[in-house]
Amino acid sequence: MARAVTTQRKIAFTAAAWLIGLLIFFPILWTFLTSFKTEGEAIASPPSFLFFDWNLSAYEAVNERSDYPKHFFNSVVISFGSTALALLIAIPAAWSMAFVPAKRTKDVLMWMLSTKMLPPVGVLIPIYLIFRDTGLLDTRLGLVIILTLINLPIIIWMLFTYFREIPGEILEAARMDGASLKSEILHVLTPMAVPGIASTVLLNVILAWNEAFWTLNLTAANAAPLTAFIASFSSPEGLFYAKLSAASTMAIAPILIVGWFSQKQLVRGLTFGAVK
Amino acid sequence: MATQHSRTAARFMISPAVIVLLGWMLIPLGMTIYFSFLFYNLLQPGQESFAGWMNYRFFLTDPSFLDAIQNTLLLVGGVLVITSVGGILLALLLDQPIWGQGIVRILVIAPFFVMPTVSALVWKNMFMNPVNGLFAFFAKNLGFQPIDFFAHVPLASIIGIVSWQWLPFATLILLTAVQSLDSEQLEAAEMDGAGALNRFFYIILPHLARAITVVILIQTIFLLSIFAEILVTTNGGPGTATTNLTFLVYIQSLLQFDVGGGSAGGVIAIILANIVAIFLMRMIGKNLDI
Amino acid sequence: MGRITLNQVTKSFGDVNVIPPLDLEIDEGEFVVFVGPSGCGKSTLLRLIAGLEDVTSGRIDIDGQDATALPPAKRQLAMVFQSYALYPHMSVRKNIAFPLKMAKMDKAEIDRRVGNAAKVLNLSDYIDRRPGQLSGGQRQRVAIGRAIVREPAAFLFDEPLSNLDAALRVGMRLEISELHNRLKTTMVYVTHDQVEAMTMADKIVVLNAGVIEQVGSPLELYRSPRNTFVAGFIGSPKMNLFGEAEAAKHNAATMGVRPEHIQVSAESGDWKGTVGVAEHLGSDTFFHVHDTGLADDPITVRAGGEVSLHNGDTVYLTPEADKVHRFDADGARIA
Repeated sequence: MARAVTTQRKIAFTAAAWLIGLLIFFPILWTFLTSFKTEGEAIASPPSFLFFDWNLSAYEAVNERSDYPKHFFNSVVISFGSTALALLIAIPAAWSMAFVPAKRTKDVLMWMLSTKMLPPVGVLIPIYLIFRDTGLLDTRLGLVIILTLINLPIIIWMLFTYFREIPGEILEAARMDGASLKSEILHVLTPMAVPGIASTVLLNVILAWNEAFWTLNLTAANAAPLTAFIASFSSPEGLFYAKLSAASTMAIAPILIVGWFSQKQLVRGLTFGAVK
Repeated sequence: MATQHSRTAARFMISPAVIVLLGWMLIPLGMTIYFSFLFYNLLQPGQESFAGWMNYRFFLTDPSFLDAIQNTLLLVGGVLVITSVGGILLALLLDQPIWGQGIVRILVIAPFFVMPTVSALVWKNMFMNPVNGLFAFFAKNLGFQPIDFFAHVPLASIIGIVSWQWLPFATLILLTAVQSLDSEQLEAAEMDGAGALNRFFYIILPHLARAITVVILIQTIFLLSIFAEILVTTNGGPGTATTNLTFLVYIQSLLQFDVGGGSAGGVIAIILANIVAIFLMRMIGKNLDI
Repeated sequence: MGRITLNQVTKSFGDVNVIPPLDLEIDEGEFVVFVGPSGCGKSTLLRLIAGLEDVTSGRIDIDGQDATALPPAKRQLAMVFQSYALYPHMSVRKNIAFPLKMAKMDKAEIDRRVGNAAKVLNLSDYIDRRPGQLSGGQRQRVAIGRAIVREPAAFLFDEPLSNLDAALRVGMRLEISELHNRLKTTMVYVTHDQVEAMTMADKIVVLNAGVIEQVGSPLELYRSPRNTFVAGFIGSPKMNLFGEAEAAKHNAATMGVRPEHIQVSAESGDWKGTVGVAEHLGSDTFFHVHDTGLADDPITVRAGGEVSLHNGDTVYLTPEADKVHRFDADGARIA
């Protein structure tokens, strides 16, 4: 029996929670609002919150100045491409570790996660040179490869924790029922793991979408995703708040919406199954 | 426990992942170590020569190296403290019965989805700018002198921005953990005479240990290589005030084209990261049973 | 169809030897129950037969053919798991059809067989539901349905009733027995519950620490347990076992009397004791009699339904002479 909650208590907590929630969210809201202002209104003092002349001039200016669709397309290709490629490698690996554990499985997992600890900057130069010499610099393929590699340990780990919750008896039942290894993974394991795979995909698309070390250092004009598109506003355009806001809104809106819809699935994935 | 047949299959299935990660670890790492012993500048191609430990000596005795180490530790430590403590408090608040909990959660998690370049630029220009920023406006209205954040407290400003980005992550994970706490445990503690503070320290906090471990582990991985936030706000400055190790190596190699020096820095970054990693691995090895 | 022979089969996990060399013959159409305390290796033995584990050495023949190295899919066996192991993302129909689909059977034949199985097992009303929407007993029947559609050489059951509540367990026990009577297919059934073993088996295999203690029909095991382990394991409540002076009178190291083979009297008898707890079941009454001087533990005695003896009363006990079991110092039966 939960105890009866006094209304006063509830009002106080509600007010505090909403206040903090709005404060945390405010920078995003403010960016969104500013993107509909003119440059003059954007720096007006006192600033106006809602009662200004809503218009799309900042968006038009940004689109004139740069090729948003191209960067958006690059972001989509890079984040989904690297996630798909990593899944292809990770599903069989996670299957092995979850259902045919050996003495060293724990060590292998730890080792895989430790490659994630390798600071990117430690291998920046070799990767840069390899990419320069193989013509992968400033290509979408190059970034897909790099982001696959850096997110692979996390994907394997997440899938492992999801797979481990599937009772091994069900896979054994499939084996008794005459399923080959391929059918076992395709018809039994994968459909059962769909929720887990989905949240793995989501989290990694988000991580790849927002990745801003390799995407900034390995691209120029051609393959630059939205992270690099925004970085080009660092100066002096950064002082044009409306344009900066419009570009920012366009860069974060797609992933923000995806993230909001999937927040429940994300949490489980993010905790590596350690927190239920 | 399985048959020989399935063990063979398992080895076959795991090999692509192992090979790819092994290659990813060994090839670039080997090259970095090799370059770190060369005088090698991209502006003077064809003039590479053996350097011995010179690159390391230059890198380690460079005064900006110590600054970078200090900045890296402050950045990682500061963000970890702010997000963990803030996350616990916020999680406890959101766990209370409130109206519109779902919406508040959506508001709180939003910054996690914002790419680093966007959040850094928005904070730098629209909030922290000493002339037109929103903070300056409020300061002026309250009769204070506006602070020029990136000139006077550059590192703290970056810590603030990064904390804003990672607070949602910590909050969400800790909230999940708080919600999984069996309320009977708390009621039992209350029957045993434990007050609110005692319940927090003896029941809630130990229950959150695993979640806190996860928060620290994952955040450390990402915070050690903070880059974009520095690049678009301060470029490491003023001076070396906001240069972390990642950024220092970046300056050395891609801005000064000094492959040898940059590689030596990279090797040092890897060694330091490994020291941190050993601690972290111990911690998760203990806290996450696999 | 359905003859399984185990020849010098052993199994170790690393250094731990779970099953020392073991021989066993399972005849066509037999209902064989492996019974033993938990950890005795009975499930491992079943999994070896299924092919879910490799034997460390030895040979398993199914229908005269060497199956030792065959993968589970090729052994023509069907298995019902403790957790039922239903595919949660498939309807009942698809669950039952799965082995047939894997065998690439044509659609019409699959539909016919699934329909039959559903009818036999009373699942027709639930055929399009998912396992998550079924009760424990219904899930159990789906698992059995999935096993019978393949018309396997033998069925393997791994503690299939242990997740059901007591009332359902009795019902399912009957259903499985009836299924066996109808199909006449070999069934190998693993349980730790000796009541299940006694009520269902043609042949019981009592296992202890990987070793077969005795093989025989339920009544053989009840009447002449080969050693003290079987004597103590088969029968409910347990046989009273005691040694020392009283056993020596019968020229044995240990003697045993089942609770139902002891006469109770308020006036006279061979042994004297004090009534402790009395369990009145209505049909029977079980007394725990203390201070008999026979053993440290109380002696359990079964009396008729309405005997009026109470805690603290003095009773006299007399074993039925021809129902006394005698064992030597190694625990083996003395004929």
